[in-house]
Amino acid sequence: MSENQIFTDFEVVGLIEEKQINFNEVLTGKNFYLINIWSSWCEPCKDESEYLLELKNNTPVMMIGINYKDKKKNALNFLNLYGDPFDKIFIDKQGTISINFGAYGVPETFLINDDNKILKKYIGPLNDRDIYEIKKIINN
Amino acid sequence: MKSKKLSIIKIIIFFFLIFINYNSIAKSSTYSEEQTINITKNLRCLICQGQTIHESNSDFAESMKKFIKSELENGKTNEEIFSSLVEKYGQWIVYDPGISKNTFLLWTLPLLLFLIGGAIIVKKIFKKI
Repeated sequence: MSENQIFTDFEVVGLIEEKQINFNEVLTGKNFYLINIWSSWCEPCKDESEYLLELKNNTPVMMIGINYKDKKKNALNFLNLYGDPFDKIFIDKQGTISINFGAYGVPETFLINDDNKILKKYIGPLNDRDIYEIKKIINN
Repeated sequence: MKSKKLSIIKIIIFFFLIFINYNSIAKSSTYSEEQTINITKNLRCLICQGQTIHESNSDFAESMKKFIKSELENGKTNEEIFSSLVEKYGQWIVYDPGISKNTFLLWTLPLLLFLIGGAIIVKKIFKKI
């Protein structure tokens, strides 16, 4: 694994369909992927939902949500309430998938390219400046 | 006839229980709790102050403990676990960084200073004689 490369060879389970899939298979067909680790019990995650929706609606990036140590019912309620910015959502019941990404907790966001290289890592909720930076990278 | 069926079921249950027991023994014998503790004691809790992963009950530490257990269950060695975590979180996560390109000076400088200091002292003593 080269420097700044994300580890992707592990199994994930979908939040809605609960189907198991290798994470490598998720990262196909796009130039950029945004992985966001979130939870319904995480207060800052509520604040960043509008920013994630902004990216979903205005960029070609694939939005991947990792639902961290959460209950399915609460996670779905959260998405109904604050909007669903994700193309795909996977569950991380034990917190071990987030460790695979090198994350510290929630919320945390990784912008990666089609070589699985981490272009940007944001610890904490996204803000205006982060969104501007992400858009700039994607559009260039 | 009924009792024959019942005894067959009993035999099947007996072998099933043996199979489950064998599997759990096989799984648990791949690594020891001591091995997990040794690893977690050498890992820094990155969101805590001055605590190891072993000492901390934070969310991050709990996830890390589960991650390490699953890696050990998958047959990974201590070295493989340390190196994968260093790749993800950087050298700072381990208390004992080991000798590498980045830590070479850290390990050799004290020895080098000791040798230089010793050489100066010896030289001074010989000069006096």
